[in-house]
Amino acid sequence: MGIRERLSGNEAIAFAMKQINPDVMGAFPITPSTEIPQYFSTYVDNGQVDTEFIPVESEHSAMSTCIGAQAAGCRAISATSSCGLSYMTEMLYVAASDRLPITLAVSCRALSGPININNDHSDAMSVRDAGWLMLFAETNQEAYDNYLQAMRIGEAVSLPIMICQDGFITSHAIENIELVEDEKVKAFVGEYKPEHALLGKENPMAVGAYATPVYYMEAKRAQAQAMMDAKDVIKKVGAEFAAMTGRSYDLIEKYEMDDAEEALIIIGSSAGTAKEAIRELRAQGKKVGLIKIRSFRPFPADEIAEALKNVKAFAAMDKDDSFNAHCGPIYAEVCAALYAKGIFAPKGIDYIYGLGGRDVRVESIQHVYAELEKIAASGETGETYRYLDVRE
Amino acid sequence: MSYNLKEELKKEDRLSGGHRMCAGCGSPIAVRTVLRALNPEDKAVVCSATSCLEVSTFMYPYTAWKDSFIHNAFENAGATISGVETAYKALKKRGKLDDTYKFIAFGGDGGTYDIGFQSLSGAMERGHDMVYVCYDNEAYMNTGIQRSSSTPHFADTTTTPAGSVIPGKLQKKKDLTKIMVAHGVPYAAQTTFMGNFSDISTKAHKAIYTPGAAFLNIMAPCPRGWRYPTEKLMEVTKLAVETCVWPLYEVIEGKYILSYKPKTKLPITEYLKMQGRFAHMFKKGNEWMIEEAQQEVDRNWEALLAMCGEL
Repeated sequence: MGIRERLSGNEAIAFAMKQINPDVMGAFPITPSTEIPQYFSTYVDNGQVDTEFIPVESEHSAMSTCIGAQAAGCRAISATSSCGLSYMTEMLYVAASDRLPITLAVSCRALSGPININNDHSDAMSVRDAGWLMLFAETNQEAYDNYLQAMRIGEAVSLPIMICQDGFITSHAIENIELVEDEKVKAFVGEYKPEHALLGKENPMAVGAYATPVYYMEAKRAQAQAMMDAKDVIKKVGAEFAAMTGRSYDLIEKYEMDDAEEALIIIGSSAGTAKEAIRELRAQGKKVGLIKIRSFRPFPADEIAEALKNVKAFAAMDKDDSFNAHCGPIYAEVCAALYAKGIFAPKGIDYIYGLGGRDVRVESIQHVYAELEKIAASGETGETYRYLDVRE
Repeated sequence: MSYNLKEELKKEDRLSGGHRMCAGCGSPIAVRTVLRALNPEDKAVVCSATSCLEVSTFMYPYTAWKDSFIHNAFENAGATISGVETAYKALKKRGKLDDTYKFIAFGGDGGTYDIGFQSLSGAMERGHDMVYVCYDNEAYMNTGIQRSSSTPHFADTTTTPAGSVIPGKLQKKKDLTKIMVAHGVPYAAQTTFMGNFSDISTKAHKAIYTPGAAFLNIMAPCPRGWRYPTEKLMEVTKLAVETCVWPLYEVIEGKYILSYKPKTKLPITEYLKMQGRFAHMFKKGNEWMIEEAQQEVDRNWEALLAMCGEL
């Protein structure tokens, strides 16, 4: 039986870090993830962990120190948000191509400009092609649980992993949470034993070669394979975690999808709001459901296509915009997934919503279902690229 | 034990030959000399900023580095090596490692004075047990001789061409060594290749074995950018020192110590005239440029002598 607590999402992440007691943390504060290195440095200074904390001068250096430390043979971690994640971007690509399973906690926040400290997914989505595994949480519990699974997943495929939650909405809100006992966490996460390391006992190691056209593409192909292989690892680790805690995790979560005619595809905390909207609509006899994406990287294309194949209409909910005059990233990837599977029947639209902390209410989500109901009835999608709850 | 070049050269090279650096380039000489200053029984992790040095010595699937080596990016050698050094501390503390390792980062002036300045400043301020070595060739040579903040006043580079209106670089060279001293590091020094390499070797050894963060600034000429005949490398560095353009000194716990005082300080023209990048300064009507450059050297030299208590 776990330990019942009440923690904010940031505290929950910091607590998971404490339980894991990694070797090195390099971090720089940025709202709303600042509390994570704050809590963690308190653990360091009070001797509750023996991790080496590097108070770097920027997020770019935070990721650079993590790359150095992980390549040296350590477990390295960091935490960031928004512009901090953008500032790390160059190094995110290097971490992935160097195949270093660094763990990065992201409390998602809008990108400037206009400058804004509240939640959306424009930070995480802007680095979606950096080669990192990306898990998203709906609740504080999920953020904590995902973090405990992160190193097992990343290390199995030699890829870095981001554990994302919604800034303020879960990072600062205090919720009931069930923690796993320390010794169980340690046994579950295990020791990090890289095959090669800069500080390896047997041989020296060289990291970060210049790759000419003769080799570059093979390196990228191997990276792509690791991302494909990660799907099974995420499922396996999720099942193991379920056996330990009773809380099961997969690539996606389906909510009321068995007979759903209208569905949303959503990421993060708004899934909770959508579930409430669904409960109310179901009570009115509406056949509505939800697909929550837990793993955005790797993208669960087959699973989403399979879950959507019988719906009449769906809306992809993008908490950021690609500014391509067309659609956000979830819509693009969902449509590609359906097309690849030869599924053409469901009508789909895209909603850009919740930017810069714009409140997402139960009524907002119900409005989307109402639109989907019209589309299902008429067979006409109309405009596919829509903004939700915006003054125009 | 006194320094002996013959004995030094008996040590195994830690940067093997066969890399792709140009003939007459100062950078691999700086690297080999610094690595020779390691006690042979000690291990090292070397980091290089993206640079000529990096792309020429570690082209997959070959590496010229015998020690563990990491290249990360252009602007973060300071941060990267501090991550490695911290990992070493973590693993030692946890009893997972018993060997002695030293941590050395190399960057050109682009990766050090300019784009990597913040990362370097952070690493020096945090005081990691490491050495940051700048091989200063006074321009962005890897991308084709563009000016840096280390490029000397009036030098002709591809982004400060000596034109009919603007005669080369208008700004003076940044004094990075003193900026590093201002970080309160226990050891900082400026050196280059002179005679039997005693100065550079001794400083490299001190930098490596002084606990905490150390900074070495090594003038390492580039024959392509400076336009001197490749065989003249050692003459260029010698003249840089004899004209006091590049004084040799070290700073131990904040105390400035002059390493070498020329018997006769040569005029700057002796240094300038053997390099194509300064050729335009010798054209008729440009005498003022040489005068100004000489005044700057004089001023800097006097200031350094004062700091070293040599006046």
